[in-house]
Amino acid sequence: MIPRFLPQGQRLWVFMGCLFFLAFPFSLSMYTQYVLFLVNMTAIGVIGAVGLNILTGYTGMISMGQAAFMGVGAYTVAILGTQASALPVAFNLLAAGFISMIVGIVAGMPSLRLKGFYLAMATLAAQFLLEYLFKNWEGLTKGVAGISVAPPIIFGVHMNDDRLFYFIAVPLAVIAVIATKNLFRTNVGRSFIAIRDRDIAAGLMGINVLKYRLLSFAISSFFAGLAGGLWCYYMTIINPEAFQLATSIDYIAMIIIGGMGTILGSVYGAIFVTLLPEVIQRTMELLQPFLQTDYTFAAFKQIVFGFFIVLFLIYEPRGLAEIIPRMGRRVQLWVTARHPK
Amino acid sequence: MTLFFNALIAGIATGSIYSLIAIGLVLIYKSSRVINFAQGSMVMVGAFLAYAFVVQMHLPILLSLSLALLVSAVIGVLIERLALRYLTAVPLISILMVTLGISIIMEGGVLAIWGSSNFTFPSLFPAFSVSVAGIQISSAYLWSFGLSMIFLCLFHLFFKHSDLGLAMRAAADNQKVSIALGISPRRVLALTWAISAAIATVGGILLASISSLHISLGTIGLTVFPVVILGGLDSIAGAVVGGLVVGVIEQLSGVYIAPLVGGAFQQVAAFVFLLIVLLVKPYGLFGTEEIERL
Repeated sequence: MIPRFLPQGQRLWVFMGCLFFLAFPFSLSMYTQYVLFLVNMTAIGVIGAVGLNILTGYTGMISMGQAAFMGVGAYTVAILGTQASALPVAFNLLAAGFISMIVGIVAGMPSLRLKGFYLAMATLAAQFLLEYLFKNWEGLTKGVAGISVAPPIIFGVHMNDDRLFYFIAVPLAVIAVIATKNLFRTNVGRSFIAIRDRDIAAGLMGINVLKYRLLSFAISSFFAGLAGGLWCYYMTIINPEAFQLATSIDYIAMIIIGGMGTILGSVYGAIFVTLLPEVIQRTMELLQPFLQTDYTFAAFKQIVFGFFIVLFLIYEPRGLAEIIPRMGRRVQLWVTARHPK
Repeated sequence: MTLFFNALIAGIATGSIYSLIAIGLVLIYKSSRVINFAQGSMVMVGAFLAYAFVVQMHLPILLSLSLALLVSAVIGVLIERLALRYLTAVPLISILMVTLGISIIMEGGVLAIWGSSNFTFPSLFPAFSVSVAGIQISSAYLWSFGLSMIFLCLFHLFFKHSDLGLAMRAAADNQKVSIALGISPRRVLALTWAISAAIATVGGILLASISSLHISLGTIGLTVFPVVILGGLDSIAGAVVGGLVVGVIEQLSGVYIAPLVGGAFQQVAAFVFLLIVLLVKPYGLFGTEEIERL
């Protein structure tokens, strides 16, 4: 039952994880829909953030266009889902990944000559250009009105429920994380890191810098497209609003707050950035009787989010991936100090 | 042909405002190698400050303009003092994200105070109209162009002849030597941020008087990036030329390309142009090419 290839020590943990994964959606009595909605959104965020971390955290290229690449994936799913509804869901999601990958490679072309700020500007231009296309290529994207899609059907089951969608989104996020983890054990992943650390030196060592830069763009936007496709299936309606620059900035914030160049960091960051607005909203609802103000929630959320970005960069530039193990060590130290063996 | 000249004039007017805003970015980049993504939000905040003083507090125009400049300069100094001072020798993405974070905070603040509705910016300058060879030129455009040019000249004189301006250029050129000569880098940096924020405010006021006042002015302020890339990140003359070119391209594409492709193409025209510039001449017309050694 448990895969053979896992080392002895990890089997128990994997088994427990699988059990928890299966039991979790049924263990919630209150707020089931709401909690599962947040879990699903986080899972989609994890896929997008892992993708961006491959490009930015591991290959050292800043992309301000992650939301637009997600949009390409989302529109692919929406168009395939409405024009050719007979196609299987898995095909549509893969198509979302691949189309977005092609767009990503084209957008990454300037990395032939550019890096750093100039490349970031090229991706910013790509973001604005794709936003414009989403809004104005009416024949394909239906403009600002957006497209509604039917919820996915897998093995004859309509995945129109948060609990059912959980069984698509979370496994895909786990697969994305494991695939990325393994990517950095291969020569491809190590070439990415070499290019990030010193691109000229990497070139001298025989790494085809250009090829690997484009490959990094390709993998990253494949993940973005997949996340966008899932997002489209989950929301069942998409319009250009969802894929604006602000969302790209959210994704950069995820990998900064989580930790650049760490895979767990992308997961922590996606959880943090997805849950932060919810936490703020709940807190504001609780404080409402005492505050007596008419501060809009959107404004307050933005201010707090901005402060988190700035504070993390000043005080904890390595992000949650550094903080959480440190906290763990502190707790361990505290426990052992209290209860010496 | 009238259409063409109208677009050209509007382009030169908005372009001169872009030049002004871009100079703020170039100043900060030259003196501290920081690329300030909050410049667009400074433009927006400055315009809202002026609006608050003129319309909401009914202060006299000159007083409220000076107050707006002063407050925004203080905000600029605070940004440097409270955030960017702690980030020296960090990777580019940290700088980018910190300034983006600051810009998110400022946008949130404006959203909390003024909301996201559209305001009609009062006409601060006396209106008149000039017609040259049968083409009417609105006074808002003339004021924008004229004031931008006056400020550009003032900057030129300031950096060429005043002690402070020379000190700033010295500090930007070589920090160690300038410290040895008794120039305080902290004061220079604070001054740079103050000036940069104040010109962003001037730009914001002019932009808001041409169109209208809305929170999206911050996104329009992002047009400075095509401008500085065309001109070169570290060249003030480049910022001026880049601003005019980008302004004209925007207006002309609004007239000639937008009807063909639909939508508000002029809003992305600058970025399409940016992509072309990046592929042909990555360090801009007047920028210094970065030479890397291993």
